[in-house]
Amino acid sequence: MARLKPASGYVLAVAGAISLWGADATANDELLKLQDDPKQWVMPLGDYSSTRYSELNQITKDNVKDLQVAWTFSTGVLRGHEGGPLVIGNMMYVHAPFPNTVFALDLSKDGQIVWKYEPQQDPNVIPVMCCDTVNRGVAYGDGKIFLHQADTKLVALDAKTGKEVWSVADGDPTKGETGTSAPLVVKDKVLIGNSGGEFGVLGHVTAYNMKDGSIAWRANSAGPDKDMLIDPEKTTSLGKPVGKDSSLKTWEGDQWKIGGGTTWGWMSYDPELNLVYYGSGNPSTWNPVQRPGDNKYSMTILARDADTGMAKWVYQMTPHHEWDYDGVNEMILVDQQIGGQDRKLLVHFDRNGFGYTLDRDTGELLVAEKYDPAVNWANKIDIKTGLPDRVKKYSTEANGQDVNSQGICPAALGSKDQQPAAFSPKTGLFYVPTNHVCMDYEPFKVAYTAGQPYVGATLSMYPPEGEDHLGNFIAWDATTGKIKWSLPEPFSVWSGALATAGDVVFYGTLEGYLKAVDAETGKELYKFKTPSGIIGNVNTYELDGKQYIAVLSGVGGWAGIGMAAGLTEDTAGLGAVGAYKALSQYTALGGTMTVFTLPE
Amino acid sequence: MGGIAVHSIRFLALETETVPGTLMLSDWRCLIAIAAIFGASGGASHAQEAAGAEEEKPYHIAEDGTVDWPTFSGFRRYNSVCHTCHGPDGAGSSFGPALVDSLKRLSYEQFTDIVVNGKAEVNTATQKKMPAFGLDPNVMCYLDDIYAYLKARSDGVVGRGRPAKHADKPPEAAEAEAACMGQ
Repeated sequence: MARLKPASGYVLAVAGAISLWGADATANDELLKLQDDPKQWVMPLGDYSSTRYSELNQITKDNVKDLQVAWTFSTGVLRGHEGGPLVIGNMMYVHAPFPNTVFALDLSKDGQIVWKYEPQQDPNVIPVMCCDTVNRGVAYGDGKIFLHQADTKLVALDAKTGKEVWSVADGDPTKGETGTSAPLVVKDKVLIGNSGGEFGVLGHVTAYNMKDGSIAWRANSAGPDKDMLIDPEKTTSLGKPVGKDSSLKTWEGDQWKIGGGTTWGWMSYDPELNLVYYGSGNPSTWNPVQRPGDNKYSMTILARDADTGMAKWVYQMTPHHEWDYDGVNEMILVDQQIGGQDRKLLVHFDRNGFGYTLDRDTGELLVAEKYDPAVNWANKIDIKTGLPDRVKKYSTEANGQDVNSQGICPAALGSKDQQPAAFSPKTGLFYVPTNHVCMDYEPFKVAYTAGQPYVGATLSMYPPEGEDHLGNFIAWDATTGKIKWSLPEPFSVWSGALATAGDVVFYGTLEGYLKAVDAETGKELYKFKTPSGIIGNVNTYELDGKQYIAVLSGVGGWAGIGMAAGLTEDTAGLGAVGAYKALSQYTALGGTMTVFTLPE
Repeated sequence: MGGIAVHSIRFLALETETVPGTLMLSDWRCLIAIAAIFGASGGASHAQEAAGAEEEKPYHIAEDGTVDWPTFSGFRRYNSVCHTCHGPDGAGSSFGPALVDSLKRLSYEQFTDIVVNGKAEVNTATQKKMPAFGLDPNVMCYLDDIYAYLKARSDGVVGRGRPAKHADKPPEAAEAEAACMGQ
């Protein structure tokens, strides 16, 4: 267990803290009930299953064309705005990137600011965030709002007053460890993952006791079994026990200690199985030659017991990273039929371009298919072994150091990054915001210095050969692994989707459009250009009998790094007309929330 | 580049001041090696090549577009470390300034000063913070290369993306690199 500094005078119970049964039942029941009320939006991905689906149906595919802006709100922060607001009762909680301001707005009083919280953070945190100073949102539980700050601090705020109840430092930003992910409240605990894979940070997920911020458990992404909370005999991978030292065996020497596998994405929870699900990121460095082995458990889906943190099953999607395909994207938990049988599924759209469908109880792999036809680094995934069938031409390991491997699809951005997909039980389809970008990748030797970038590769990105758009918004059938429809977008779709019972699906674009499309056909029904590019997630709620749609604008994030300047011209130059147009020609910075509704 | 020796000395002085007690052996080795590189390749050779030209350039681009090794090396290192804020090819991002423009204003001395020591502009309107790379061998061992590349980009003689052709790595560069990186 690493250093944990009590930051507000609370004494921390050390590892294996006493379980608080009283709070346990209450908080769990409260959130389980709240997530079923479509009038509220109580966790960043809508519900524990991360479906981003709402039962609200006042806005329909027939009337969405009449949508109007009801009100807007400026966060006062310029940089990339990921995530989205929570709505609990008549209160809305809006967050911002660094300095991580949080606003509590009273929706019943025209959005009056009830409180504002702005932490004091060392600005030296700013440059150790790899891809802009984003934050993916706050969480709610037991009358508190939980904020995971850039400097890794987890803060509990009184939801009514904004007063700090407790705070705890999760890591050390001087070593490049930062916080960008949204917390997940499960029972009496708050779970967070860490960021810093480009700085040689070792990944972990930590559960803090909601009552006082003391640590309940921490599970590392690599290293000895006991620190990863892996049981060599009980933890399985594709049905088989992982065995002793299953991670240590896959690293050279002590490299795992600066090995990455950070956990900066989303977490989901199945209350019946009592399992939490999340993915781990890239192992450090980006130079595969310098980092022999499978590097377990980077690029892995993990299922852990919510109470103890013990891993039930793991599945490494991309052993031995050669392209930066982090496995942190959201895990969507749905119950669907496969081959005529009811299955408890976990659906995951990985950076590596494959859409995975697994049995979320056992970790059995059921479907793994490309969700962007451009994907070429692997031909397919072997369902039995779970291993990708790699194409040697695109292997930066096989081609070696100081060699430029060309035409690899997807680019390091992945066919999709963290921007969460949505699922509609009405159509049985997943709505997935995607990137359509390829790359050249040249790895080279790099030295590790604590707190300094540890990358070791140079990349050029461009659209797939002969194509002129950088993104698609797709509908996906996870039971068969097939694309139902695909809408081309000029830029990567970097906004989280929302599906609703009104048969409308919403998403945002990098130019700043909020778009509404028909859930069945993908036909565009409405669009409105918000003040800045959208990398936030679309949410919905109901107040006084009216349905609202809310989204944060504020271009930035990783997309803002590459696309603001325009991507590099396709080296082949085959008809990629206008593909290297720059995002900066379409939108400018500025954090604003825009809320839409139907006219009276 | 007359002021090279002075720069090297200043790096050493600054590092001892700013990071008390944290320097490790490898860091010292790196800094000493930097001094050596500055003395040898980074300054002298280019200065000599450029002698007689109107203005000395830190890069050399052949008529067929082949870029010299330092410029190519700078391309690789820039697009590994610096681009995460300053955008691909020095073209800027949604929050980091485009160095293609900055290098039209900044002198070599100002450039190295900012890279080594960092720069802050944090107030109510903006939160810009450039870290200090003075202790990062991945940057310091290639500081002149990165400067050469960005200057070539800024002067418009090297375009976006990877230079199509580049000179091989000369043995001196390989030696200096090995010494500086401690490999």
